[in-house]
Amino acid sequence: MKLLAFIVVSLTGALLLYGTAEFPDWGDPNSPASLHVSNYYIEKTYEETHAPNFVTAVVTDYRGFDTMFETAVIFCAGLGCFLLLRDFREKKEYFYRHIPTGVILHVKDGKKKITTGKEFEYMDKDWVPQDLINRTACRILIPFIQIYAMYVVAHGDYSPGGGFQGGVIFGSSLILLAISYDLQTLVERIREKLLGILAATGVLIYAGIAAICMPMGGNFLDYGKLAPLLPAGSHVRALGMLGVEIGVGIAVMAIMVIIYINIVSVGRHDEGL
Amino acid sequence: MDNYPVLIVVAPFMTALFAGLFIWIEERLSYPIVLTGLAVSVFSAVNVLLRVIASGTIQYNMAGWPPPIGIEYRIDLLNAMVLCLVSGVAFLNLIASYRSVQQEISDRTGAYYTVYNLFITGLLGVTITGDLFNLYVLIEITSLTSYAQVAMGDRDRGPLASLNYIFIGVIGASFYLLGVGYLYMFTGSLNMVDVAVIIKDSQGSSTVLVAFILCILGVWIKMALFPMHVWLPNAYSYSPVVFSRAVAPLMTKVMVYVMIRLMITVFGYDYLFQKLQISDAVVWVATIAVLAGGIMALAQKNLKKMLAYIIVCEIGYMVGGAWLGNRLGMTGAILHIMNDALMTFALFLGVGNMIYRQKSVDLTDLRGLFGKMPWTMGGFVLAALSIIGVPPTCGFFSKWYLLLGAFEKGAYHFAAALIISSLICAVLFFRVFEICFFEPMPHGHENLHSHGIIEEAPVSMLVVSGIVSFFLIFAGLYSGTIVNTIILPFLG
Amino acid sequence: MSDLLSLIIAKYNYWLYVILMMIGLYAMIAKNNLIKKIVGMNIFQTAIILFYVSIGYKTNATIPIIKSADTGHGMVVRAADYINPLTSCLMLTAIVVSVATFGFAMALTVRIYRRYQTLEEDELRMRLSE
Repeated sequence: MKLLAFIVVSLTGALLLYGTAEFPDWGDPNSPASLHVSNYYIEKTYEETHAPNFVTAVVTDYRGFDTMFETAVIFCAGLGCFLLLRDFREKKEYFYRHIPTGVILHVKDGKKKITTGKEFEYMDKDWVPQDLINRTACRILIPFIQIYAMYVVAHGDYSPGGGFQGGVIFGSSLILLAISYDLQTLVERIREKLLGILAATGVLIYAGIAAICMPMGGNFLDYGKLAPLLPAGSHVRALGMLGVEIGVGIAVMAIMVIIYINIVSVGRHDEGL
Repeated sequence: MDNYPVLIVVAPFMTALFAGLFIWIEERLSYPIVLTGLAVSVFSAVNVLLRVIASGTIQYNMAGWPPPIGIEYRIDLLNAMVLCLVSGVAFLNLIASYRSVQQEISDRTGAYYTVYNLFITGLLGVTITGDLFNLYVLIEITSLTSYAQVAMGDRDRGPLASLNYIFIGVIGASFYLLGVGYLYMFTGSLNMVDVAVIIKDSQGSSTVLVAFILCILGVWIKMALFPMHVWLPNAYSYSPVVFSRAVAPLMTKVMVYVMIRLMITVFGYDYLFQKLQISDAVVWVATIAVLAGGIMALAQKNLKKMLAYIIVCEIGYMVGGAWLGNRLGMTGAILHIMNDALMTFALFLGVGNMIYRQKSVDLTDLRGLFGKMPWTMGGFVLAALSIIGVPPTCGFFSKWYLLLGAFEKGAYHFAAALIISSLICAVLFFRVFEICFFEPMPHGHENLHSHGIIEEAPVSMLVVSGIVSFFLIFAGLYSGTIVNTIILPFLG
Repeated sequence: MSDLLSLIIAKYNYWLYVILMMIGLYAMIAKNNLIKKIVGMNIFQTAIILFYVSIGYKTNATIPIIKSADTGHGMVVRAADYINPLTSCLMLTAIVVSVATFGFAMALTVRIYRRYQTLEEDELRMRLSE
């Protein structure tokens, strides 16, 4: 198997290198790749869309159709994890800690639940949450991370950023919550139902904004036709981009958390890293 | 400007998302929502096909940007036909499989319907698009959704089959993406027609050659051409019924379509057959694929797996026909895309009905099935005859064109493989019929036999089987019309 | 020899991408552990991203975000000043695809491990043939 793999790899590598022989040098500004369509984007984007960030303009306007399906790819991944792993069966055993004494209770009957509060707190079976310093540091950090995430989404067409990046940052702030406290804390704050609805809604915002352009008399995704709805003058395309970026951000945030929760808790949504 | 072209893809897409939303609100609504989306898609596809036949190629620019700046949908006769086929099969399958889904995936049907519609969206998008990179994105959607659906099948082997499918699928899609990258490097464009215009005059370039090899290899891996077929039998036979019914007729056929599209629209006949001269080698590969698929099918003990190997064999037909390099061969290959989709769909409908009633389709479990499920078996026999190539079913006509093409080219080995594989299929299916018809039923089933109608599959499944059987004959009787109005004008 | 050397130096990043990609491909084919295979798959996909980003690079050009000096009326945006935005855009898609595949493959390994208590391929094959 190793030998076969080596032969396949060498052949493929040789083929790929043979293909690069006629490539223009690296960084050559006159290579065909940098002349044909690319120049149009650089020279005309600002004029046509009023979005200073060319990448965002290409991503969400010129090639916005790709990006819609790209969001769908992420949605598929989240849905796939849910379908594969989600396990709705009740858990069999629970662990609680008596806070004043530090004694740990092991409840073997899944139906008897202790109400957590001042006296008892819920514990994972084999994951000990980090101590006070970590919790406090993360608690202070999380709101700032979230604000930053929103900035990245909202400022996507002016500076590096956009829906995917912002969504991932927001999602990671929630995952940080789960890591510094425990999974239960996260699941209590953001219910699975809410995450599921947010994921679908996020992609629907994108597809919806794109579809509204059709009854307004344009082609699919033609933000320019939204002018009667959005009083933004020449910036209507940039505003359309912002709308879809927000949708992408919501969807990506929700799906990152869905994937995380399902994988670490093996679909039980009770405990895990 | 009307929006039918984009509705074909967007209707199933948006309904899939709504179904995904309704998982959390009212799960029972997911099914009608998804079905509506597919119905709209079928309607738009037929509408577009009629218009393309009447007035020629339709172009639709996403967001109003003209190509190559924006993404373009370019629908000619070939896409329009495949679009009708994909949306129609998907729609009928969803009707037929309502009960199967209830039986197999009872606790998360809403999520399943969402994935199913996204899968169909991917296939439709791959077929309709005129942009190389957009094609890649949609291939990834079909792949991800099919990984998920395969994994939901057999509890023990499903996840493993799915993981192997992921590895091979990723290699295939990445090769395609790299090929697109090399093409982009050379041309600076991603639009198929634009790329074709630019590379027309530079056929000696090594970059174009490598791009071509990578794209075609990627597509071959994705369509499971022998010897890159290893993932297919496991993935198709361990998946839930509703998915195998959709993927078996559609996925490989859409990939064959992509290959033909790359051959005709992007690289062009001149490049493939004048410059490269590899058609003989590819026809040999196809010949081996046909024979190997047939022989491996003979060795199978499970009906679903046997059919999966027959698909491997049928892929050989289409690839070989397309690479013969003459009009007859290409006509045969394109006609076979349609016919094979119908035949495979009919076969898998039958298999699905059997699984719905008796769980297992090992050959030994099929004894006495004619008595128990006469209507299902009727449809199955018709589809099998069509696969074997008995006139007037449609399978005969595409094979006829393929044979004529092979003789014109002088590729007698391919012609011989076609005939031998037909014989193998005959042997295979008559073995199945023998088991179903003549061998006695196992003990404990006699009392059920006395009220045999109860054992028959639900009416919704049978009605769909009936419709598809009708189309098998219809496509056979009117294959001359189909060739004259769609395929020959397309080939020009 | 010096020809080859200069060829490599002028295009070294393409050579690097091929090497990286082949490491990934080798891991996908030859490794026995499923997680290693998945990591190999990720390397494989990352190499493609490196390739595309290299295509888009131009010497003496900056990131494709318009400079404030160019935003006034009548100012001409010079294409040579900015790197190619299209490849970055395409790779955003490719990154998302690879993340999605990676996440899903991880979910599958969780499922497989829960069922078979192993992720070694040969052991899995033994368990399956039992």
